[in-house]
Amino acid sequence: MREELLAILEKNSRIDFKELAVLLGVSEEKVLEEITALEKDGIICGYHTLINWEKTSIEKVNALIEVKVTPQRGQGFDRIAERIYNYPEVRAVYLISGGYDLLVTLEEKTLKEIANFVSDKLSTLDSVLSTATHFILKKYKDHGTIINQNRNDEREVITP
Amino acid sequence: MTKPLSEKVLNLKPSGIRKFFDIVSEMKDAISLGVGEPDFDTPWHIRDEGIYALERGRTFYTSNAGLKDLRQEISNYISRTQGVNYSPDSEILVTVGGSEAIDIGLRAIINEGDEVIIPQPSYVSYEPCAILANAKPVIINLKEENEFRLKPEELLSAITEKTKVLILPYPNNPTGAIMEKEDLESIAEIIREKDLYVMSDEIYAALTYKDRHTSIASLDRMKERTILINGFSKAYAMTGWRLGYACAPKEIISQMTKIHQYAIMCAPTTSQYAAVEALKNGDDDVELMRKAYNQRRRFLMNAFKEMKLDCFEPYGAFYVFPSIKEFGMTSEEFATKFLMEEKVAVVPGTAFGACGEGFLRISYAYSIDNLKVAMERLNRFITNLRKVKQ
Ligand SMILES: Cc1ncc(COP(=O)(O)O)c(C=O)c1O
Repeated sequence: MREELLAILEKNSRIDFKELAVLLGVSEEKVLEEITALEKDGIICGYHTLINWEKTSIEKVNALIEVKVTPQRGQGFDRIAERIYNYPEVRAVYLISGGYDLLVTLEEKTLKEIANFVSDKLSTLDSVLSTATHFILKKYKDHGTIINQNRNDEREVITP
Repeated sequence: MTKPLSEKVLNLKPSGIRKFFDIVSEMKDAISLGVGEPDFDTPWHIRDEGIYALERGRTFYTSNAGLKDLRQEISNYISRTQGVNYSPDSEILVTVGGSEAIDIGLRAIINEGDEVIIPQPSYVSYEPCAILANAKPVIINLKEENEFRLKPEELLSAITEKTKVLILPYPNNPTGAIMEKEDLESIAEIIREKDLYVMSDEIYAALTYKDRHTSIASLDRMKERTILINGFSKAYAMTGWRLGYACAPKEIISQMTKIHQYAIMCAPTTSQYAAVEALKNGDDDVELMRKAYNQRRRFLMNAFKEMKLDCFEPYGAFYVFPSIKEFGMTSEEFATKFLMEEKVAVVPGTAFGACGEGFLRISYAYSIDNLKVAMERLNRFITNLRKVKQ
């Protein structure tokens, strides 16, 4: 049940306990108990909303930054990752295999702010060796959801 | 033209669904719960294989029986799901949907006047296909109190000297009923004793919500007298690809292949390449869809419970079959009134046989959001009906 519950919540975190209980064929108490446990164990880390900001009048600029760093003795990448993720404008930090080490995603209001962040804050960190910044021009799909998809049901209305 | 057309065809009843379809099509904003096909897209990797086959110029006929690779994959699939081994070389035929397999399977075994036993409510094509094959259809009216399962007594009382084959339509469209292993055992015993064939339409085999589906072909000495029909339409959401198959003893498959060879030549090539991918790497997709259907099934059963609408719990396919007998209307009256007043289309149970009277087929090949709106409307509709009755 746990996997199925998580799969439902991952798509729709606003679903209520009653409906979850119906869909999963278990009692509401059981659902409550399970979700409480999942939250307590840090398996469910948050409930977010996927927003298509492009459709609002609010300006947002997103960038992906590849960062090469020197890992620190005894702490590997964790310490430097922490120094980066503590900035609130940083949306995500991943340790990556391959040509560089950390992938940082950033959200700001303007290009300039992003440029400033990279030059003033990120590049000046001691262990950062180099950065490469990519601006996101358009989001087609995010968090498993295809943006701007409104498809009609094209099936015949009644079929045997 | 003055020469008369085929009497047999002229006398075939037009499908009960057709009439309703025409009314619904006229309505602009109706919600439909009337379809018999998945709402999911064919999983992308399967579509991609189809596209790849086209890109590679694989646009020729395949062998009559179907691509060797596909028959091999079908053989593996039946073996891993049912533990029955069919030879890809002589016991499997790839067809244009389960539909074609039903048609040519009957034509391959029927002699004029043979009787075909058809439990109803069931899929609309068995009876006309039997008639077109010069058989006499013998209908068994299944009962709600048995959860629309076929009971041995019912089968026994339908058998005569002339009986040739039983059509076994489980998991069932339109009722959602299943037959479990114990149910099948008692049917198989009669089939063996009376020396009959079985045409087992297992097109919904992958979509069951209790135990995994058991095929009658997997029971003792049943493979030799069973035509097992399955396909890609329902399990893999591939209705438009028109691909299915029949597995049967080689004596039967070779006769079916003759008809197929002359009438069809071969199933669509692009679809066959896509289907190889479906069987090789599609299990996870099927499981995801099965889980989603099961959630919707539970959602509908709960909605019926809350509105106190009588419905046995179905464990297969993607249909529920609630009873509307309390309202004193025919299925068609109810469905028409519901459509006119609440703009929701459901299919009258009678489209699947006379004994579907008093029932509706509601499909859950729709999103939960869709089903929610439809159930609110159904609740309002029947609440009003009950008020008027008092
Ligand atoms: C019970 C049953 N059998 C067979 C079919 C035929 O399916 P296809 O020809 O798409 O394989 C259907 C389709 O609705 C069905 O419901």
